[in-house]
Amino acid sequence: MSREVLGYRRPDGRVGVRNHVVVLPVDDLSNAVCENVARVVPGVLALPHPYGRLQYGEDLELTFRTLIGNGANPNVAAAVVIGIEPNWTQRVAEGIARAGKPVEAYSIERFGDLRTLAAAARTAQGMLQDASELRREPVERRELVISIKCGESDTTTGLGSCPTVARVVDRHVQEGGTVIFGETSELTGGEHLIAARCQTEEVRSKFQGFYDRYLAEIEASGADLLGSQPTQGNIRGGLSTIEEKALGNIAKTGTVPVVDALAMAETPSRPGLNFMDSSSAAAEFITLMGAAGAVLHLFPTGQGNVVGNPLVPVIKITANPLTARTMAEHIDLDVSDLLWGRCSLAEAGERLMALVERVANGRLTCAEALGHREFVLTKLYRSA
Amino acid sequence: MEERDRERIEAGEGAPHFLVHNEGDGVAVAVQDVEPGPARVRYLDSGRDAELEVREHVPLGHKVALMDLGAGVEVIEYRVPIGRTRVPVEKGRWVHVHNLRSARWGRSR
Repeated sequence: MSREVLGYRRPDGRVGVRNHVVVLPVDDLSNAVCENVARVVPGVLALPHPYGRLQYGEDLELTFRTLIGNGANPNVAAAVVIGIEPNWTQRVAEGIARAGKPVEAYSIERFGDLRTLAAAARTAQGMLQDASELRREPVERRELVISIKCGESDTTTGLGSCPTVARVVDRHVQEGGTVIFGETSELTGGEHLIAARCQTEEVRSKFQGFYDRYLAEIEASGADLLGSQPTQGNIRGGLSTIEEKALGNIAKTGTVPVVDALAMAETPSRPGLNFMDSSSAAAEFITLMGAAGAVLHLFPTGQGNVVGNPLVPVIKITANPLTARTMAEHIDLDVSDLLWGRCSLAEAGERLMALVERVANGRLTCAEALGHREFVLTKLYRSA
Repeated sequence: MEERDRERIEAGEGAPHFLVHNEGDGVAVAVQDVEPGPARVRYLDSGRDAELEVREHVPLGHKVALMDLGAGVEVIEYRVPIGRTRVPVEKGRWVHVHNLRSARWGRSR
């Protein structure tokens, strides 16, 4: 039986840990009016991003999935959607409305920014006041969808912060919870370990398909990933090769089986540990996780990645004593005493689980307190 | 990549200088800034402690060779190959991108 935390039960039954009213642009052109709504109605959250025009095919579908998924995320109470024209705007708004929450759509053509602003701000104000009456209620901890990804990794992530996250992953999944990991490129050298953990042949074949396609993309580009993977920060921290980085990365996925392999921004349908095909760039990754419905993110870091997300609280864990000392304002949990044998992995896991509960109950993470709101859509190829 | 100008990280009495993921691994990771001389190595899987004569400065987070490694051989960490040596590496030497390369990125050199 998993413990109770206090969360927001949404109309679709999913559980959130934040209660945001968002103003979501469908496209780059609508960022200005969305940001102006958030100025007129402080307390609502604008989610500006640079895309949404002249995209096509799989790339366009991914943008729709990402926008709709984030609007439907259980950390969101209500959404105002604004686009330049009504058609795609309606499509995004209707997608979010399927989650059963209040959604209103506005398009700018034939009204202009100012009339759109007046109407959208009035709606956002009402949504904000209504959302302020929603109350946290006891929910089971296992109902929280948790995502995991490390960043600016070094050897201390593989030794300390990733194994600490693994304790939480195993426990959460054993209680019936859902965890999502990904970072297709950063499995290189250990992808066989993930393939071996896939629960069925069907999942293994989906996973292997994502991985092989990614490798083929790199080969087709003719580029050399050396210099990007490992990153310069990884190398400074002592990681020498992609294989070594991958093995540290995989250390955070625990020991439970992989129950599904998801396309980018796809919502998991099976409880347990889900793989998602994804870039390893932190802000892109967490934005995809928000689209998939993750409400909390666990982020082991070695050298000190400072990423945050507007909707998904990001909990940073480091085992690097230098990072803990020099970047304390970014570190939610310091487990560097693991490296010196002064704390057991079991204790570190308990400390992280306790922090997960506090953040679920409303404690702000370092990234939230410092205003890190990186909302970055994954773009597959150039627009038409 | 050697940053002598930053604050030194030392763990103090009793703490290991290096951690090894698994028995049989060819490298260990420095968990403090280590100078040449005798050092304490702890194996995470077995809990065993061993001594190692370190032959050069190894910064926090960087690796040291636990055995003599010939040129072009697989280096094992986490019981899995993490790449190949570019040149022979003696036991006790610092192991990083100058003497270890990926075996996976085909174009990496």
